[in-house]
This record gives sequence, C-alpha cells and structure tokens, in this order.
Amino acid sequence: MYYLTSALVKCKREAKEGEEVEFDHTRPIYMQVIEDIKLRIIRGELKVGDKLPSTRELAMQYQINPNTASRIYNELEQEGFCYTKRGLGTFITEDETMIIEAKETMAEKLIEDCINGLKQLNYSENEVIALFQKKIGE
Amino acid sequence: MLKCESLTKKYGSKLAVHNLTLNIEKGKVYALLGSNGSGKTTLMKMIAGLTHPTSGTILYENQPIGIASKKEIAYMPTDSFFYKYMSIKDVGKYYKDFFQDFDEEKYKELLERMELSEKLKASSLSTGLGAKLKLCVTLARKAKLYMLDEPLNGIDIIAREQVMNTILEAMNEENSFIISSHLVDELETVIDEAIFIKNGVLELNRSAEELRAQYNNSISEIYKMIYLGKGEF
Repeated sequence: MYYLTSALVKCKREAKEGEEVEFDHTRPIYMQVIEDIKLRIIRGELKVGDKLPSTRELAMQYQINPNTASRIYNELEQEGFCYTKRGLGTFITEDETMIIEAKETMAEKLIEDCINGLKQLNYSENEVIALFQKKIGE
Repeated sequence: MLKCESLTKKYGSKLAVHNLTLNIEKGKVYALLGSNGSGKTTLMKMIAGLTHPTSGTILYENQPIGIASKKEIAYMPTDSFFYKYMSIKDVGKYYKDFFQDFDEEKYKELLERMELSEKLKASSLSTGLGAKLKLCVTLARKAKLYMLDEPLNGIDIIAREQVMNTILEAMNEENSFIISSHLVDELETVIDEAIFIKNGVLELNRSAEELRAQYNNSISEIYKMIYLGKGEF
C-alpha cells in the first residue's frame, strides 16, 4: 500500500503549496526534501541558476535538523543538481537537461508505483490500459 | 564531547540506570526516548551533575562532571524551579547570577518570541507558559550541550510548532542537544540520533535516517516496537 501513501503525500504537497511539507516519517527525511526541491524546480517555482536558501534557512523552512539540511545540499551537489559558489551559496544547476531527466525519472516512478499497485489488485495489463484511458477521457 | 561509560544508578535497591554506555558528539541532536521511569531523567541529572552515579564514569571534554562541565551544560528539568515571588524579569537576573554564559539580550528575544511579558509573575503562569519560560531561560545560555527534559510537556498542540522552531533555531555546529520526550512524533524531523532506553538499559542508539531507511518505519513506530518487545533491533 506504500504507493498510495506516497501519492497522498504528493497531493498534500500540491494542496499546500508554499506551506510546510507534510513528511512521511517512515522514509528518510532528507530524501523527501530532495524530492520536494526537485519537484519545485520541475514545476518552475525554482528556476535554473537560482540561489537556494542557506543550510540554516533550509532547516527552518522545512523544520528539519541543520545536519539533515547540509546533507540535502551535499546529495544534490553530488547528483549535479546544484553547485556551490564559494562564499556565495548554493545554486541550482543551469543544465536544463538535468531537470528534464529528473522530470522523466519522477514520471516513471509515479507510473511504476501506480501500475504495481494495480497489479496487486489483480488488474491485467489490458485492464490497466483501459482504466487509464477511461480516467483520461473523463 | 560527552562520554558515559558503564553508568549505573541505584536508588536503594531499584536500578534506575543500568550499565549504560553512550557517546554524545558535537553538533548533533539526540532524542532520548523511553517510557516514564525508564531512566531518562536520572541519566540527564547525572550528566548535569545533580546526582552521582553509583558506578561508572561520565567525561565531558575528557574531564569528570564538575564546575567546568556545569558552565557549558544547560539542563532544563521537567519540574518548575522558580521562586514564587519572582517576575519573569527576576528569573532572568537569577539566572544571570548563576551562569556566566547567560545572555540577557537573547533572553528578551526568546521571551518576545514566546509572547511572554517580563512583568508577569512566574507563579501566575499556566503550565504551558511556565514550560515556555523554562525553555527561554535555558536557551538564553550560550551552552555547548543543552539537555531538555520533556520540553513539550504542558505545551498545547498550537504552541508546539513555535517551541520546536525555537529549539531548532538554537541548534548549530558547535552545540549539541539531548531532548527527551514521549511525544516522539514531534521530534522526528529534528533529530540526528535516537537513543532508546528501557528499564534503565540502553536498547538502541542510532541515526534516525538510518533507522527509517532500514526498517521503512518512523522513529515513533520503532519506539513502540522496542517497548512492546516486538522485532529485533
């Protein structure tokens, strides 16, 4: 049932845009903040080349431990999603292909979770397709 | 920063803390989790130098607990410790006399955040406001290690966020926090490590993110499992 809760968390995020993120405490917090930052970049709320908040500000914004906040920037940097200008702060990559890739990865993950969930309900592949077509047609 | 080794504390024949070994590192935030009577407060009191271990050692910066450690460790007990005649302003002065690292400006700033007026009498405060005052006076010290025993006790659900944010803001690379609470949910996103104590025995001490990743579960659920004796950790 995990895909369901994960989808729910995402809905809540969208509903509460600009407000605090509702965390799913059964998953590492840093991963969820990373997902949220990526989501906001993909949606265009954060733009390529933008300066990200300081570690401290990030901690306050998400109400997370400061060490978790610095870990988030470290991971994002390792992935190439952001970079640090010494003395100036952390910035979002200017490489748009990275953002497109992230968007595709996220879409794939959503579809996969959804299909896996439907398979658990014993839906066949054809039924899944039919279900999708019906939903989209609505 | 702080090393507890084979700590044992007996009250008469009752073992409050049993053979507990623990390391507290600089710049980290620890949740001290355990049910009532599990030994959390006893452990904090020993670190604060308010009670002596029956056996075992505590070293703070390689020195035994004493005058030097007390200067750098700020302990907020669960019980109220203000004289009845004191106003909130007096409480600040009283603290200033006791602790060199007490910062009056910081105290004022914290009081303002918590919406506490300096003129109020400490004895007239409700449970929630009393708890906020305790926190203000503790965080106004520029300590290296803060030990907060149940900082959310008596704080209503609306004010919890305000209190947690204030604690969060006080954190930096140079200080450490040990926070005990039975409201595990409120601490989830704030801590680096979770320390679980059961009947005075250390059951588990690990990174919160690692625990979530390994067990696909919240610290709060893991806490329940440990206390109900379900599963191996």
